[in-house]
Amino acid sequence: MTTTTASAESGERTVRKDSPGAARGPRRTGRLKRIGLPYLLLLPALVLELLVHLVPMVIGIVMSFKELTQFYIRDWGTAPWSGLDNYRVSVDFDAPVGEALLHSFLVTVGFTLLSVGLCWLIGTAAAIYMQDTFRGRGLLRALFLIPYALPVYAAVITWVFMFQHDNGLVNHVLHDQLHLGDKPAFWLIGGNSFYALLTVSVWKGWPFAFLIVMAGLQNIPGELYEAAALDGAGMWQQIRRITLPSLRPVNQVLILVLFLWTFNDFNTPFVLFGRTAPEAADLISVHIYQASFVTWNFGTGSAMSVLLLLFLLVVTGVYLALTSRGRRTADV
Amino acid sequence: MRRIRAAAAGAVTVSMLTAVTACGGGSSTGGGSNDSPKTLTYWASNQGASIEVDKKVLQPELDKFEKQTGIKVKLEVVPWSDLLNRILTATTSGQGPDVLNIGNTWSASLQATGALLPWDAKNFDKIGGKDRFVDSALGSTGAQGKDPAAVPLYSMAYALYYNKKMFADAGISNPPATWDELIADGKKLSKGGKWGLGAEGSNVSENIHHAFVFAKQHGADFFTADGKPDFTNSGVVAAVKQYVDLMAKDKIIAPGNAEYAQNQSVSDFAKGKNAMLLWQSASANLTSQGMKADAYGIAPVPVQSGTPGTGTNVNSMVAGINLAVFKNTDNLDGATKFVKFMTSDGEQKILNTAYSSIPPVKAAQADTTFNTSANAVLKDTLAGSAAALPQVADESQFETTVGTAVKDLFADAAAGRAVTTASVKAKLEKAQQQMPKK
Repeated sequence: MTTTTASAESGERTVRKDSPGAARGPRRTGRLKRIGLPYLLLLPALVLELLVHLVPMVIGIVMSFKELTQFYIRDWGTAPWSGLDNYRVSVDFDAPVGEALLHSFLVTVGFTLLSVGLCWLIGTAAAIYMQDTFRGRGLLRALFLIPYALPVYAAVITWVFMFQHDNGLVNHVLHDQLHLGDKPAFWLIGGNSFYALLTVSVWKGWPFAFLIVMAGLQNIPGELYEAAALDGAGMWQQIRRITLPSLRPVNQVLILVLFLWTFNDFNTPFVLFGRTAPEAADLISVHIYQASFVTWNFGTGSAMSVLLLLFLLVVTGVYLALTSRGRRTADV
Repeated sequence: MRRIRAAAAGAVTVSMLTAVTACGGGSSTGGGSNDSPKTLTYWASNQGASIEVDKKVLQPELDKFEKQTGIKVKLEVVPWSDLLNRILTATTSGQGPDVLNIGNTWSASLQATGALLPWDAKNFDKIGGKDRFVDSALGSTGAQGKDPAAVPLYSMAYALYYNKKMFADAGISNPPATWDELIADGKKLSKGGKWGLGAEGSNVSENIHHAFVFAKQHGADFFTADGKPDFTNSGVVAAVKQYVDLMAKDKIIAPGNAEYAQNQSVSDFAKGKNAMLLWQSASANLTSQGMKADAYGIAPVPVQSGTPGTGTNVNSMVAGINLAVFKNTDNLDGATKFVKFMTSDGEQKILNTAYSSIPPVKAAQADTTFNTSANAVLKDTLAGSAAALPQVADESQFETTVGTAVKDLFADAAAGRAVTTASVKAKLEKAQQQMPKK
């Protein structure tokens, strides 16, 4: 396809050069065609994007202004408009619904910060260690990527088995073999569920950080390190002065993507805990799911989703503004 | 160039078509019709030990129906974890099955959505009349004073299943009839890695079923007479505490049971890890797990004192499955015929035997098949000492919020934290606050 375009364009160009006095009309349509073609080619993607992303999003926003409970879900049109009521309920932090949402939000923020931080740290450390060639490096790299490549459900269900109180591997190792604690702990209910969730999330997320940082490291010229070594810089200084600054653009995107994925993660907590997550691990995505599907109040659920969307937009905007400003000053 | 344009135009056309077809799905407001009289889609709930078992049980019957009427029934067995969500999605989109199974406790909630065909006298006449069905089963088909949203298909009741050998080894001659006896027996049985009783602490529905019966035995209700949630009255608090105390205070349930939600307690019972189990119609399930029918006994669920009956001596919910017709089916006559077929005396015998449940149809229930000692306990319970869960529109929210409260309390008990009247009340208060306000 590309070759056809190239030859067609060059063909057109030759025609124009050969006949400078050609009529205006055809030239304009030619230009129009040239300008129009990319849009035409984009159109299918645009239409699908509209259908798959934008239309549902708009419908979701509309839903958030309706009282869409079980009495109206059969015919959405009949659901009464409720103005800002759904939002009022969601952000009234003195009332139970708002209080639960705030709690869930704070849990999610804490969880996301820890998970992204750990993913980045482990991923970067592993990538730096794997930079030198050594025997078995390829094998280790492949091994590290397995958690990322596994289907989420299969992987998390395996973790559920491992975290079981009576027969789980985790308690077997921690309690039966290492004799930590006087009785086996619960991981899927109660307070420890936060750490169980964090463990699975980091286990699942760090290979991605590893992969991206590894790719970023390939672009750092080896001469820089050699020069630094000649100047007497140790490993830490090399990492601090060369590796990390060079990775900056990569990290900027990596951390944003990890943040958004982790903050919105639904599969991990849902497979780990089921429809009702323990309070300590009540992530916002499951919380919203529960608010809409379990209590059948889709209006309030949508309002919470819109709030979440706004929050993520603000965070992303501020993050991008801050980091790109930093880069601009660095460039100057 | 031309080729590209043609390709682009093709792509655009295709995407437009997708758009049009995607938008032009079903009408969510339409009533029933008879546009496709030759096929039906049937969503069956998972009644057997597995979905495969269900298909084996149901397919021959569906073939029989096809032979009689010429209507082909497409069967899908939907796991319990998905069923309510699938029904909600079908309700929202208007694209659902023609006939479906619902847990009978959902009847009033789903009735409120208006998605199910109401069974008025005229519709009941088409399947032989309302008086063919047992009253207790009809009591769980929708809100009082409204036409039922479904008809009863399988009836079940809770019973106490006990391991005969473990009882004999511990020197217990009779199954317990009161909770005090159950606790005393349980303490004798809970030793050497074995436990007196099993429970599904993280299964919100199971939690609700037990909490409801305990509340009845304390003379309390979760809803006021006019349908408002009332989860914090002293009777309800005492009831929930009594149930959770079986693990927290009496220590006859293994702490690990607090995270059970996938019928692990049934497996534990089949393997002899628990000596007792409170379950509904467990026989078929136990057989499939390799436990022989003579290895366990079946007794009524204990009461506070006396013998099971009505009022404070209720010892089971009216459990069961109802059969509903989706209101905007495009084969209304066929769907009604199918309901008639499934609730016919002959089919009721076959299906309820296969699932070790009790037929809600009087004539079928009278059959000798259902007179075994095991079935006698279930039948007596249903007839004399079972009560229907609240038939209110918010029932499924109630199951979730209170069921989760009990789950959290079990988690506390398992972790060794104290379960007190105050902590129970606090959890129930939170559950009540989460109920929809009207």
